[in-house]
Amino acid sequence: MSTDRSHHHILSVLVQNRAGVLARVATLFARRAYNIFSLAVAPTEDENFSRITIVVDIEMTSLEQITKQLFKLIDVIKITELDPLTSVERELLLATVRAEPDQRRQVVELTQIFEGKILAVGNNALTVSLEGNPNKLDDFEDLIRAHGIVELQRTGRVALPKLEREGGRAVRPLRGKVS
Amino acid sequence: MKITGAQALIKSLEMENVEVIFGLPGGCILPAYDPLLDSTIRHILVRHEQGAGHMAEGYAHVTGRPGVAMVTSGPAATNMVTPLCDAYLDSIPMVVITGQVATFAIGTDAFQECDTLGITRSVTKHNELIMTADDVPMAVRQAFHIATTGRPGPVLLDVPKDVLTNSMEWYWPTDQEVRDSLPGYRPNVKGHPRMIREAAKLIMTSERPVLYVGGGILKARAAAALKELAELTDIHVVTTLMARGAFPDSHPLCLGMPGMHGNATATTALQRSDLLITLGARFDDRITGKVSTFAPEAKVIHVDIDPAEQGKVRKPDIPIVGDCKQVIEEITKEIRALMAAGELQADISAWKSRISGWREQFPYTYEPSLPGDALKPQFCLEMLRDNAPEDTILVSGVGQHQMWSSQYWRFDKPYTWVNSGGLGTMGFSVPAAIGAKVGRPEATVWAIDGDGCFQMTAQELVTAALERIPVKIAILNNSYLGMVRQWQEMFYEERYSEVYLSPEVPDFVKWAEAMGCIGIRVDSPEEVLPAIEKANSIDDRPVIIDFRVDAREKVFPMVPAGAANDDLLLPESQMANKRFLQ
Ligand SMILES: Cc1ncc(C[n+]2csc(CCOP(=O)(O)OP(=O)(O)O)c2C)c(N)n1
Ligand SMILES: [Mg+2]
Repeated sequence: MSTDRSHHHILSVLVQNRAGVLARVATLFARRAYNIFSLAVAPTEDENFSRITIVVDIEMTSLEQITKQLFKLIDVIKITELDPLTSVERELLLATVRAEPDQRRQVVELTQIFEGKILAVGNNALTVSLEGNPNKLDDFEDLIRAHGIVELQRTGRVALPKLEREGGRAVRPLRGKVS
Repeated sequence: MKITGAQALIKSLEMENVEVIFGLPGGCILPAYDPLLDSTIRHILVRHEQGAGHMAEGYAHVTGRPGVAMVTSGPAATNMVTPLCDAYLDSIPMVVITGQVATFAIGTDAFQECDTLGITRSVTKHNELIMTADDVPMAVRQAFHIATTGRPGPVLLDVPKDVLTNSMEWYWPTDQEVRDSLPGYRPNVKGHPRMIREAAKLIMTSERPVLYVGGGILKARAAAALKELAELTDIHVVTTLMARGAFPDSHPLCLGMPGMHGNATATTALQRSDLLITLGARFDDRITGKVSTFAPEAKVIHVDIDPAEQGKVRKPDIPIVGDCKQVIEEITKEIRALMAAGELQADISAWKSRISGWREQFPYTYEPSLPGDALKPQFCLEMLRDNAPEDTILVSGVGQHQMWSSQYWRFDKPYTWVNSGGLGTMGFSVPAAIGAKVGRPEATVWAIDGDGCFQMTAQELVTAALERIPVKIAILNNSYLGMVRQWQEMFYEERYSEVYLSPEVPDFVKWAEAMGCIGIRVDSPEEVLPAIEKANSIDDRPVIIDFRVDAREKVFPMVPAGAANDDLLLPESQMANKRFLQ
C-alpha cells in the first residue's frame, strides 16, 4: 500500500440514498482513469441521504474537473473537500497476526501500545482491531508485518470537519446546493 | 382512476406534448404498444433501433424539442447505445424508453435481459430503472425535465414488463414536486453579475476580439442575442461545426468554421486574437489543434451552462456559468451602458482589415474538373446549395462529404444544419434526416451522405418510403472511405489499407428503387443540375442521387491531428501565400 499521501484528497460527497448511486460515482472515476484510494459509504442521520467519503490520489487540477463532473450526477447533492489538517479522520483495521505462543506477548503488547483490542485468540494467531487516524494504522501495520500478517482488512477512512473555534474554516465546500 | 403502468406511460408522454415516437416493439415493451393504438401520438416504425435513436436526434435538432424513442430490452437497448452516445456528446435532448425483463426476473439472465442501466450509464445525462407502476408519471416528468434543462442531453428510462402491466392510481406531478424530487439537480442559468461586468469591460478594451461560438448558442436559442452583440461591437464571429447557422454565413461579420477543416481565416483569427469571447463552445481538439499552441495571446471569456466545461481544456480569464442567451443579453446591456456613459470601444479597425485580407486570399477553393474528367464533390454541393428551396435543412454523414457540406453550404438560419459532431457517427444522416423531416415537414430536407456512411443505415429509407417522409439524399460516392483514404494518402505514404469500397456494388439506383424510393445516377457535370431539379420536384417519396465523384479529391485546409493550428495545410494554389497568415 502506498503511504505517499501527497496527492491524496478527501472528498465528502452527499448523495441521494438510492440504488445505483455508488455505481454512478465509481463509473465516473473509472472512466477518467482516476484511482480511488479508499471509499466508505453509509446513510447519514437522514436516511434519504448517504455520505460517501472518497480518498483519491489526484492532482489539484484534475480534482477540480472530477468534482465538477461528479456534481453533474443528478443524485449528487453536495461535495466537500476535507483538508486533513482541519478535519478529523478515522479508519478501522482488523488483522489476524501470526503469534506462536512465545511471540504472543509481543503482539499483545504492541496492540496495547496502539490502544487496539484483541478480538480473538487462536493456537498460533491473534485477531486484533485498531481504530484511529489512518497514519496511526499505517504505523501499526508496518510493525505487525514483522510477525506475519495472515489477513488484514481496513475500512477506508471516514472524515468530518473539525469543529470551528478561532476563526479558521475547516471545510472547503466545493459545490453544494443544499446543506 | 386506476390504469396500467403502460397506459400511464403513454398518457405521461401525451402530457409532455410528445407528438411522435420513433421505435420498434418486442417482448418486454409489448404492453406499452397496446395503449399506443389509442393515443394521439404518432409512432414511426423503424427498421433498426439505431435508426430510431438518430431520428429522435434529428427531430430534436430542428425543433428544439426532445426526441423520443421507444424500443424493447436486450438487443434493442444495445442497438440504442450509439445514438445515446451521439446525443450525449452533442447535447441533444432525447428521452429513450427501453423495455426490461420483469422486476422478479432481473439478474437471472432472463431472455433478452441486459444491464441497460449499466451499459448506458456513461452515455446518458441520466438513466433510471422504474421499479413500480406508481413511479411512471414522476419518472417521465423527471426525464423530460433533465433532458431539456441545463446542458441538454439524453435520458433513458428502463421499464420492466411487470411495471407496465401492473396497475396504478393516475396522478400528474406538479413542477414543484418534480424539482423537489431532484434535490441534486439545479442548473445555473443566470450568469454572475460581476463576471458579466468584467466581460463587458474586456470586450470594450480588446483590440483583436473574436466571438468563438459553439453549439450551445443553438441549444440556448441565442442566435438573435448573438447577432445583436456582434453588430453592436462589430466583432467577427466564427461558428464551429456544431454552430453552423447560429450566425448567418451571409453576414459580413461571419467567418464560418474554424479548426481541423475550417477555413484559414476563421482558424487564424482565433490564433491571432487577443480575446476569445467563447459562447457555448468547448475547445474541442478539432478546433484547438495542439492545445498548448492554441490562441497563445488570447484572454478567454467562457460562457457555458455546464460548470465542468470551465477550465476543462483552456483556463478562462472570465468564467461565466449560465444560459448563453441570458448571459449574452446581459453582456450586451452592460456594453450599451458603458457606451452610453461615453466609454469608447478600443480601435479594432486594424484587426478587421487584417481579417479582410485573409478572407480575400484564403477562400475555400478546389480545382474545377476539366471536360471529360470526374465530377468534383464540391461542385455537386455548390449546385445543391444554389438550387435548394428556401429554408432547406441540411443533414450530413461523417467523412469528407461532411466537411465539404459545412464548408460549401451557406447557412443563413439557425436549426438548418444537422450533423454528428462530437461522436462522428457514420450512418447518422439517413435516419437523422428522416427525424428532421418529421419535425419540420414543410421544409425541404437534403442529406449529404458518403457511400460508406449510407451503407450503414440506408434501410431506414424503407421506413421513410412507407411513412411518406420525402427526404432527399445526395450520396457523394467516391467508392472510398474517403476521409480515411485522405489520411492514408497524406500520413501513411499512400499505403491504402481497407478503404476501397466498390464502384459497382451496390447499385444505389436499384437499391433506392427496392426501398420504394426514386434513384438517380449522375456521372458528369451536365447531369448534375437536371438531377437536382428532378429531385427537388419530387415530394411524395424519398429520392436518392448517386453522384459519382472524384475519389482523389481531398478536404482542405487541414490541420493534421496533433499539429498546431499555425501549421495548417492549405490547398496547393494557396500554399505559396501562407506567410500572409500573420
Ligand atoms: C461508425 C463509424 N465507423 C468508423 C468511422 C471512421 N470514419 C470516419 S470518416 C470514414 C469514412 C466515411 O466514408 P464515406 O461515408 O464514404 O465518406 P467520405 O469520407 O468518402 O466522404 C470513416 C470510416 C466513423 N466515423 N464512424
Ligand atoms: Mg466515400
